[in-house]
Amino acid sequence: MSTVEDRKQLIKDVLDTYPDKLAKKRSKHLNVYEEGKDDCGVKSNVKSAPGVMTARGCAYAGSKGVVWGPIKDMIHISHGPVGCGYYSWSGRRNYYIGTTGVDTFGTMNFTSDFQERDIVFGGDKKLLKITEEIEELFPLNNGISIQSECPIGLIGDDIEGVARKAQKITNKPVVPVRCEGFRGVSQSLGHHIANDAVRDWVFSRTDAAEIETTPYDVAIIGDYNIGGDAWSSRILLEEMGLRVVAQWSGDGTINEMMQTPKVKLNLIHCYRSMNYISRHMEEKYGIPWFEYNFFGPTKIAESLRAIAALFDETIQEKAEQVIAKYEQQTADVLAKYRPRLEGKTVMMMVGGLRPRHVVPAFTDLGMVMIGTGYEFAHGDDYKRTTEYVDDATLIYDDVTAYEFEKFVQELKPDLVASGVKEKYVFQKMGLPFRQMHSWDYSGPYHGYDGFAIFARDMDLALNNPTWGLIKSPWNK
Amino acid sequence: MPQNIDNIQDHVELFHQPEYQELFENKKAMQGMAADEEVTKVAEWTKSWEYREKNFAREALTINPAKACQPLGAILAAVGFEGTLPFVHGSQGCVAYFRTHFTRHFKEPFSGVSSSMTEDAAVFGGLKNMIEGLENAYNLYKPKMIAVCTTCMAEVIGDDLGSFIGNSKAAGSVPEDFPVPFAHTPSFVGSHITGYDNMMKAVLGNLTEGKKAATTNGKINFIPGFETYIGNLRELKHLVSAMGVNATILGDHELYLDSPNDGEFKMYQGGTTLAEGADSINAEKTIALQTYPTLKTLDYIEKEWQQPTATYRPWGIQATDAFLMGLSEITGNPVPPELELERGRAVDAMTDSHAWLHGKTAAIYGDPDLVLGVLQFLLEMGVEPVHVLVNNSSEEFETEAKALLASSPYGQKATVWGGKDLWHMRSLLFTEPVDFLVGNSYGKYLWRDTQIPLIRIGYPIFDRHHLHRYSTIGYNGAINLLNWIVNALFEEIDRNTNIPSKTDISFDLVR
Repeated sequence: MSTVEDRKQLIKDVLDTYPDKLAKKRSKHLNVYEEGKDDCGVKSNVKSAPGVMTARGCAYAGSKGVVWGPIKDMIHISHGPVGCGYYSWSGRRNYYIGTTGVDTFGTMNFTSDFQERDIVFGGDKKLLKITEEIEELFPLNNGISIQSECPIGLIGDDIEGVARKAQKITNKPVVPVRCEGFRGVSQSLGHHIANDAVRDWVFSRTDAAEIETTPYDVAIIGDYNIGGDAWSSRILLEEMGLRVVAQWSGDGTINEMMQTPKVKLNLIHCYRSMNYISRHMEEKYGIPWFEYNFFGPTKIAESLRAIAALFDETIQEKAEQVIAKYEQQTADVLAKYRPRLEGKTVMMMVGGLRPRHVVPAFTDLGMVMIGTGYEFAHGDDYKRTTEYVDDATLIYDDVTAYEFEKFVQELKPDLVASGVKEKYVFQKMGLPFRQMHSWDYSGPYHGYDGFAIFARDMDLALNNPTWGLIKSPWNK
Repeated sequence: MPQNIDNIQDHVELFHQPEYQELFENKKAMQGMAADEEVTKVAEWTKSWEYREKNFAREALTINPAKACQPLGAILAAVGFEGTLPFVHGSQGCVAYFRTHFTRHFKEPFSGVSSSMTEDAAVFGGLKNMIEGLENAYNLYKPKMIAVCTTCMAEVIGDDLGSFIGNSKAAGSVPEDFPVPFAHTPSFVGSHITGYDNMMKAVLGNLTEGKKAATTNGKINFIPGFETYIGNLRELKHLVSAMGVNATILGDHELYLDSPNDGEFKMYQGGTTLAEGADSINAEKTIALQTYPTLKTLDYIEKEWQQPTATYRPWGIQATDAFLMGLSEITGNPVPPELELERGRAVDAMTDSHAWLHGKTAAIYGDPDLVLGVLQFLLEMGVEPVHVLVNNSSEEFETEAKALLASSPYGQKATVWGGKDLWHMRSLLFTEPVDFLVGNSYGKYLWRDTQIPLIRIGYPIFDRHHLHRYSTIGYNGAINLLNWIVNALFEEIDRNTNIPSKTDISFDLVR
């Protein structure tokens, strides 16, 4: 089952069991990539069908869970009922250095815990009081963000008004974010809204501290430091002579954010979640941005060279030195793991960047991607994906649990790489699995140091003896 | 070059290497954060009585809550029934969160769908989503029952589930006679245990409608409650079977949340059959194993089914004794020697360990029934609870907890903190430290800050594997509780006595 036609037939077969209307809708999101095309040929960023099991989250998850939550020295209020804050509490690892509860707050859960009376009478007064209580109990906080849950927009609270008042009282940024879960079709709108809140409420401030700039100032944009990825990326950029002024937003601070409009170049990893603010900085401050990929030695070297090419010869020379420095480490990794992984097939389904960006890391290990798809990509993501995938790769946008299971059953990949909700489904099928949202609690996977861990992890997933125990011998 | 091919280091060690330590040090210049001395000063202040008073004066802010919201409990109740698909009416992100939360705790698949309501539904209501959603879910996932609950979004806009489901059936989304029980589960009322109650009542109401027979079926119904210990469902089955009780467990998610790996994924595993559920109206009696997630359900059963109910919380020895004697009274069957043997073993274990626990002080937090269960056990062991904290508290719970504590000389030191959160607990632990803390995984942040050993009992447990497979109820459960607590204290003694020639005088082999 490996030709374009075979796989198109597979899509048809799966859709045959659907109710007509749903089949018609879903058929637009499933396709097979054909070499040479400038797009994967799927529709995206459209509302999920009611009643089907989607892996997607909501705008709140995109804003609080991804973009704002990792800013470590701010307090992010989950404004509304208790649930959203509770479920997103420490679910994503966004590693940071700091004293939690004193000068950093990343693994804490602050909520207005709405009760019925707050829904009836509105929560603005409570919110203002919360900002005062925060100031009293956490004097070293460097700002507050208000992450709206569904009811806030529905009952018409004026969180912007509260934010303005609170800013005056505290003299620190207080940022209202209208990321109610019902907005948009996935996390993706939450990323956009969160970016816009940075634009409107952070960049507009006039009290940003002055820093002395250098010609080599850059910012890391769209790295949330899952397992420390932004650090294993930052170390390479600094080794090549650049000065990383800000990390967005893993291990980042509000001060770093405020400094960013002064950098020379924005380096964006998760394009999907932060292209908006990068474009804004390009427009408003004339800062160019560059999308890089630090998964796997091939792309790392390519990215380092491309970044260096935007600077002078000193940097270019140093970039070569960095690549050379890690050559032996990478060779060792490949010598050890490639023979164990060569030719193994993979199917992926993750959020908004990794379904394409991770492919070259698998390729470096001799593994073959046969199907990939995004939870919440847009058209431009599917255009960018063509660079990464081979002819006849199965493409699935916002794949339903039903489709994903059927595709995997038919294509029988050696490894499935997706999220925690999918993990145990496929493990029950006896398939090795790695969580690609969280690196399965391992990581980092970015950079050269990360690639070594990635290779180790793929080997331990695929070659663990437990997979051989699933069938009882008397049933074999 | 930090990575060595023979010993590849991940985040646990990688970032301790000098290269990364230097990177962290350099990054500080960009961060605009307070100086180290100031951080230390404030950190010390947060441990003080002064801070505790400010912290307890909080009126609006909740920090690190120890409760979740209603639909989480509702969908747990739902998957305890055969072939049942939970359907959450509202915006879709909630279901992603619920599924993730349960999956992380149980390390099992958890299936559930939503009606994916977005802006248009916020304006026009979610009827269209319900009609389309039920049709899709029914056709795709072939459930035997779809259990519908709401998110806060649907509640705020006032969607009426009863009429929506009626309309959907009229539109042909699912057959007229297909069971679609529903519960309104606003997230701004109660907590996950309220949601469990609402859904259990809804499912039972739906399944039993018109099923009342002239005579009873001679069975006893058991409702586990918001039960996250798979071992407890097994222990319950073991106890009732040993007692010769003809039992129906209502909401039996044992197999659903602990299914074998046999190379095949099955979406629906085990569960109370719909026929058993329907016939539960004809049972002799219904017994709940948790009070607070079954308040409305038991009330409904008494009033509508005219069936007697009782609640037992069989944690520790005496409460398990009471449970078995209760069953004995109902069935006329004596407690069998097998269970007496188990009782003897548990008591033996407790007497073996008593010296290490007597007079030890403890703090505990969690759901009301879990906290009461643990308290029962601790008091039996001669442990002295000091801080008892329940976020989703109620007056009834507080009265019950105070009465339990008052009933034992070991309960005299305790204060019951209803409606408080884990940041309150932090202040309590700093100002009035205890020997150990009992609670879920979120307690690890308290453990880090206060160094007070944490014994993980409750939900969720994300950072330790397999604890949920054990039991906490019955005599076997008592041994598990004892095992976790006493051995955690030994670990702690070892940790405090492991420096050669300094603290290792008491680094003892035999205890």
